[in-house]
Amino acid sequence: MSYRIGIDVGGTNTDAVILDENLTPVAKTKTPTTADVSTGIYQAMSMVLQQGVVDRSKIKYAMLGTTHCTNAVVERKRLNKVAVIRLGLPATGAIKPLTGWASDLRQAIGNQQFLVRGGHEFDGREISPLDGKRLREIAQEIKGKANSIAITSVFSPVTNNHELRAAEIMKEELGDIPVSLSHEIGSIGLLERENATVLNASLVDVARTTADGFVSALQREGIDARVYFGQNDGTLMAVEYATRYPILTIACGPTNSIRGASYLAKHKNALVVDVGGTTTDVGVLVNGFPRESSIAVEIGGVRTNFRMPDLISIGLGGGTIVRNDQGITIGPDSVGYRITEEALIFGGQALTTSDVVTALGLASMGDAAKVKDLPKDTLNEAYRKMVAMTEDVIDRMKTSSDPIPVILVGGGSIILPDQLAGASEVIRPDHYDVANAIGSAIAQVSGQVERVFSIDEMGREGALQRAKQMAVEEAIKAGADPDSIDIVEIEDVPLAYLPGNATKIRVKAAGNLVV
Amino acid sequence: MRILDIQAIEDIALGAALLGTGGGGDPYVGKLMAIQAVEEFGPIQLLEPHEVPDEALIVPTAMMGAPTVLVEKVPNGEEAIHAFNSLAKTLGTKVFATIPIEAGGVNSMIPLALAARMGIPVVDTDGMGRAFPELQMVTFHLNDISATPMVLCDEKGNSIMLDTVDNVWTERLARNATVVMGGSVMLAIYPMSGSQMKLSGIHGIITLTEQIGRAIREAKINRVDPIKTVLRITGGYELFRGKVMDVARRTEGGFARGESKLEGTDGYKSQTLTLHFQNEHLIARTEKEVLATTPDLIAVLDAETARPVTTEGLRYGARAVVIGIPCHPHWRTEKGIATVGPRYFGYDIDYIPLENRISNSRGGHQ
Repeated sequence: MSYRIGIDVGGTNTDAVILDENLTPVAKTKTPTTADVSTGIYQAMSMVLQQGVVDRSKIKYAMLGTTHCTNAVVERKRLNKVAVIRLGLPATGAIKPLTGWASDLRQAIGNQQFLVRGGHEFDGREISPLDGKRLREIAQEIKGKANSIAITSVFSPVTNNHELRAAEIMKEELGDIPVSLSHEIGSIGLLERENATVLNASLVDVARTTADGFVSALQREGIDARVYFGQNDGTLMAVEYATRYPILTIACGPTNSIRGASYLAKHKNALVVDVGGTTTDVGVLVNGFPRESSIAVEIGGVRTNFRMPDLISIGLGGGTIVRNDQGITIGPDSVGYRITEEALIFGGQALTTSDVVTALGLASMGDAAKVKDLPKDTLNEAYRKMVAMTEDVIDRMKTSSDPIPVILVGGGSIILPDQLAGASEVIRPDHYDVANAIGSAIAQVSGQVERVFSIDEMGREGALQRAKQMAVEEAIKAGADPDSIDIVEIEDVPLAYLPGNATKIRVKAAGNLVV
Repeated sequence: MRILDIQAIEDIALGAALLGTGGGGDPYVGKLMAIQAVEEFGPIQLLEPHEVPDEALIVPTAMMGAPTVLVEKVPNGEEAIHAFNSLAKTLGTKVFATIPIEAGGVNSMIPLALAARMGIPVVDTDGMGRAFPELQMVTFHLNDISATPMVLCDEKGNSIMLDTVDNVWTERLARNATVVMGGSVMLAIYPMSGSQMKLSGIHGIITLTEQIGRAIREAKINRVDPIKTVLRITGGYELFRGKVMDVARRTEGGFARGESKLEGTDGYKSQTLTLHFQNEHLIARTEKEVLATTPDLIAVLDAETARPVTTEGLRYGARAVVIGIPCHPHWRTEKGIATVGPRYFGYDIDYIPLENRISNSRGGHQ
């Protein structure tokens, strides 16, 4: 029997699970998330291993879903100094790079921006030839001032050769400096893609430190496993990849919960309600993956165009504070992980949602005697509001008025009832409290191909077929079980007015890790 | 005369998204261009139409092409200046001020960015009072003002001057030139005198756009219903409240065409609304009746915040309020309806003013 360990960092708790090769959980634990994040991860890892049910030498894979990168952006700490290079002159000068960024974040990454001649038209023609001489000058200017480079070229999702050439030039001049290229990170929309690329470049060291720390913590515990990081789309990245594309880890938490819920409840289409200590996230499960958001997503106040899970988050969790001033209000603030000290049932002073359900006899936590004298009508009204808040979000996320299954996960989900308006059934799977860590552990590996195909030669169908086949081969190379591979994403962008009727096709395939 | 600062630009951009009636391009890129121009060159003067001398040269400006290209190949800011200088040289007169040709969408912002850079005023008027997709769809055209001589410029420094027999030819030639020049160009178009501007423009539109944007922004602070405020400011009507059930889109002849369906909520339960769009929303109808058609404005607002939602931004499950706003009387003429009425866009529906449709169907309650 071989095993895998999955760890997921949430806002309130860090969860860890060990799964066997049939993906059955054999150990699980929860510890408060720590301010530095890493301590909590090591603690959760060590606790779940102390449950001592498995031979450590049999743990072959370790998956981590972490908030290190998100926190670094929000706190403006530990970020790389980034040289921001945009290839596009004579176009694009009307909006400079880093427009709309908060000035403290701009300062934190060194505020070094350069506009250079280059870039392409929508149809693949050059706007102007790449100005290699200027790039070499910039390399000399940033020596010692920048330790990471972000390069964004106009229409690089269509034609990436100026970005690739610019990266070569920077490496020729500066040696082994990390370079983030926008065509590998975002799609059409120069400013949003550039922002995402700059954020990525600023997170390279954070990702490296996190990965190194995790690998050595595993080694200290006597585990020699292949390490993977969770990413936004619910698939895994090998550790080398994650240190190149740290921005892709930024929304893995909610994705892990949704995927974990899907796995535990054995449903591929449902609504997932994940109740933590502070918030409730509601997402939609479509064919086993989270439905993606179609609007611009802000990270640390910076507008990007990532594909993120479509979520509605409300201030309702197990530690949410209930007040009775002028009418009863729920939250939005929470006692968070201090619930075990501050909630009434644990001897504290704050009336929380967990106190409400305990006092009503709907759940048993802490010392119920401490809440037995609370006025019944206050409790009933608070509970009614908690349920109504949840039902409203469920209704907003549904695509039709037909009732659909609702999966409740997360440690705080005990505050919600077994029946909810709009739900055909309410499912509370086993191990619901660590669904996110399970989602991290069961995540699939993916392979991706992005290439320009000639439609005249092979037809659109033929080109798509060829691209799919290549993506599947990539997924197999990354360690996916060939029988389990599905195509999870297809995008084709026709490049009009090019000879041969060229079209750019991007395909992603994902499958289970071979155990 | 008054000064437009950065807050004013933010508010106008938000209001312009509403007047974009689902299309017109996201004002976001234009807004950032205008803000950077104000930061570099100072604030913008907004003139009332009567402050403009009758003989002064007024030149509207706009971006032409695909909004998708604009968001990727951002302009450099000099394109429109080249176009203006070249047109002024031909006409042998200095440009006194600029105006938007459309108040809705991204083109609400382009004249503001240009005015700041060139140090010329903007006049509080436009040629649509909303957004439309083609160059001849302006009230200037209804008053027989020629779009040409006009100049198109790209960021590389290329410029083309057009002199055409009519405004439909202008649209055709300019559209093709735009593609060759890289899909997004800046225009100096419809040069006119101060008196022609006073006769044919839709006056006060920039101020109205700003009021709409400010009302939506401040509604939360003032704890008022933003939708009611928007209806009051615009003289509009609530047409429907519902939840988006389905959005079907296709690209045809350069238009993003399609339909979205909303299932009624609140007072509209068991009704379905269909919105037909070609870039902009053009028709709103239930199973029983047509509620509004172009050139009256049909806007979709987020039910909670009243923020306008574009046809691309419409997504399943979104809660929306659909409102109708009467168009400017300039459009309600025979030539106006022929230019932008339902039949021009291929719908077999007669134009009936929004107010009449509303009072026929529900006795005129607002």
